[in-house]
Amino acid sequence: MSESTIQPVRAATLDVPVSRGSWIGLNNRYIPPLFITFILVVGHLFYGILESYERTALAIVCALVTELVLGRIFFGKWLNLSSAYISGISVGILLRSPAFWPYALCSVLSIMSKYVLRVKGRHLWNPSNFGICVLLFLAPETVAALSVQWGNYKWPLLVIWILGSVIIYRAKRIHISVTYVASFFAFAFLRSWITGDPWFAEVAPITGPMYQLFVFFMVTDPRTTVSTRRGRIVVVAIVALVETLIRLAGDFQLPLLRPFYVSPPILALSIVGPIAMWWDLRRKAGTPVS
Amino acid sequence: MSGRKLARIVLVVVFVGLISVPLVMKKLAARRAQANATIGEKAALNRYGFHLEEVAKASGVNFKHQAPTLDHRLDHIMPQVASMGAAVSVVDFNRDGWADLYVTNSGEGSKNALFKNNHDGSFSDVAADVGLADLNQAGTGVSMGSVWGDYDNDGYEDLFLYKWGKPELFHNDGGQKFTRVTEKAGLPAWVNANTAIWFDYDRDGRLDLFLGGYYSEDVDLWHLKNTKMMPESFEYAKNGGRKYLFHNLGDGAFEEISQKAGIDTRRWALAATVADLRGSGQQDLFIANDYGISELYFNDGKQFREVGNETGVGFSPKSGMNASVGDVLNQGRFAIYVSNISEEGVLIQGNNLWVPRDGTTGDAIKYDNLAREMDVEIGGWSFGAQFGDMNNDGTLDLYLVNGYVSADRNQNYWYDFSKIAGGNSTIISDAAHWPAMDGRSLSGYQQKKVWLNDGAGRFINVAQAVGASDVFDGRSVVMVDLWNRGVLDVVVANQRGPLLIYKNHVTQENKWIDFELEGATSNRSAIGAEVRLFWDGHQQVQQVSGGNGFCSQSQRRLHFGLGKNPQIEKAEIRWPSGKIETLQKPTSGQVYRVKESA
Repeated sequence: MSESTIQPVRAATLDVPVSRGSWIGLNNRYIPPLFITFILVVGHLFYGILESYERTALAIVCALVTELVLGRIFFGKWLNLSSAYISGISVGILLRSPAFWPYALCSVLSIMSKYVLRVKGRHLWNPSNFGICVLLFLAPETVAALSVQWGNYKWPLLVIWILGSVIIYRAKRIHISVTYVASFFAFAFLRSWITGDPWFAEVAPITGPMYQLFVFFMVTDPRTTVSTRRGRIVVVAIVALVETLIRLAGDFQLPLLRPFYVSPPILALSIVGPIAMWWDLRRKAGTPVS
Repeated sequence: MSGRKLARIVLVVVFVGLISVPLVMKKLAARRAQANATIGEKAALNRYGFHLEEVAKASGVNFKHQAPTLDHRLDHIMPQVASMGAAVSVVDFNRDGWADLYVTNSGEGSKNALFKNNHDGSFSDVAADVGLADLNQAGTGVSMGSVWGDYDNDGYEDLFLYKWGKPELFHNDGGQKFTRVTEKAGLPAWVNANTAIWFDYDRDGRLDLFLGGYYSEDVDLWHLKNTKMMPESFEYAKNGGRKYLFHNLGDGAFEEISQKAGIDTRRWALAATVADLRGSGQQDLFIANDYGISELYFNDGKQFREVGNETGVGFSPKSGMNASVGDVLNQGRFAIYVSNISEEGVLIQGNNLWVPRDGTTGDAIKYDNLAREMDVEIGGWSFGAQFGDMNNDGTLDLYLVNGYVSADRNQNYWYDFSKIAGGNSTIISDAAHWPAMDGRSLSGYQQKKVWLNDGAGRFINVAQAVGASDVFDGRSVVMVDLWNRGVLDVVVANQRGPLLIYKNHVTQENKWIDFELEGATSNRSAIGAEVRLFWDGHQQVQQVSGGNGFCSQSQRRLHFGLGKNPQIEKAEIRWPSGKIETLQKPTSGQVYRVKESA
């Protein structure tokens, strides 16, 4: 969903018409931030998921401030902050570190990447995906990605998956999430067959919170997914395939790939996403990029 | 060049600069780590004021821990399930003034050991002679740890042995023999426990006992009903063992009162410690839980209330495996050290050093985790830790052992572990769903930490430099003056590994003073008594402990390092009964044996 839009603020917030593009009276732009806030609140109330209030707040504030400053400098306007908010909150949830500085650095790098790593006016990486990967590669002694189950109350989990699916459906991105989840399960069978590990062990990760955020927020980001429906389905299936290759590298203990298998889906997306975007932009060369 | 273009160049430069921040920080950390390079004994003595020499075999101690073999349905993950049980506790069981060691074993049919101090640098295992060896017989479970306390106030320390199995109480018959009194005490038939603490929670002069379950007590790990005995969540599990608080009735029997007293939790307790954290005179209870948050129970005399969240120590769930208290800042207040798991790139929980926040006290006390600020945060897969002044410079240092499963050095189970750790309860709680370990290591061969307190709020790891260079899977660690020299030696129990005795050689320039307390109105072991020492403008508080760290109990004697040429003002003793006695101007280099006035 929309984590990475760079748009002038007026177009999005001041004159929001309640129309076919809106849902329960809100512009679709504000659904994702509300939803991710909902996940955060529900997660924290039921499980106490936050590493600390301060770290999450730091990640959000750093993302917002960076977006405001860079937007002002490079677009001459105060940009809408919903995408920066999602980036910040994603960092606050997905990154795990007892230190403060990784949260600040990751948020700032995430937002900056939108302004620096651009091709034909579009950025290639999902912002928080980029920031988290940088930290995982360069500071593994200090940070890790969220990898553990928050808890086991079934209702909150069910609500998050159902509500997330509805929102994604409204945003016309459900094909991405469904393809990914289906691919994950299929590849889990394959991995189980190859490695001999229990199938439940292979599907266990997708029942965790990192995947909820990945499936609803990261892999569906409109600004870092390709332009055609078919293309998006193919790309996300390839993401799942690359993830499986990384996971098999973990199963077979390939030491060279060890930095990758600490967080397979995030790293798979960071590899496949930009290549797909570059390919898509190249394919559309000559067509103005919105 | 246009302004926008210039701004873009600046942006790229800043971007690249920020990306390099982690690398710069890594370089700085590497520079700090150079302090831990291996150096000679003389250099260590000059630079840090002490060095350690491993002398177990030379002292006649040749003990190797054996792990249990549990139900065959756990074979595929046996190394990580059968991963505890190496434990050591300190006792002077025969009251000869020299510290002895009790060491647990965990193989079915294996023998525990009681190493009697021969006063000449050697030890003899007398466990079989006194009736404390053959305690791991099939069908009774296996030992996990032990704590000593004089529950009947007869002057001799009695033994409580906790197991994954039948807990046992042994009465010390004048330092000659031990009599099993489990039935008379009324202990439960089966508890899968990894922590127990003697303390007098109601200050009636008799030691009570806290016992913390890990696996649920209805699980017999040798005869599983099913394989759904694992934690339901990696960080939010509440399907562990129940807790027990045994109130000492004074006639050899104990009454279990945990629920009545307000201790009702099924988190997976791995460690507990007790201390007067609020200055209330009452003994508060801290529990470090695996797979979840820590719990802190304020003791209101008869009733406990859980205040983990309010005080700040029970907010962020981790994998608590140690609980020890120490006055790390010489401010007359206890900080609490909890060890957790850190594995590069996979799981960085960081250990916690809970320091009381300035200006907070009593029931309103709050804690801040200063482990990062004080550099005692990253310790690998950490287990037992103990505070103690290792170089007698007047500040408490910290010794941490670590390492979970050391098997094939080239094969790592972490990836497999991380798959299942994220799973829903129906997956993670069933051992059948866990990937096979196939001989892989899980945070194995880790270097220990000897964190030296610089007295200014920072610790520096000098383990390699001072000679603590083993990489066994450390579990339990104690500090004890084994040879009555006025120094703290270190004893480490390793899972599937040898018992290590590190003899401490300390610079003679730094002075010390020790206190050995005996209660009269209070429990005779004086467990819970505090000594507050004032010297050279410093103060430090220590307490007699009925068990702390991970499955361990250090010596009851309180050891204070004093630095060079100390001028001691006074030692203030606060007994569990509430009485306060003061020794004016005690002399350094002495062991003060103090009996509570009646």
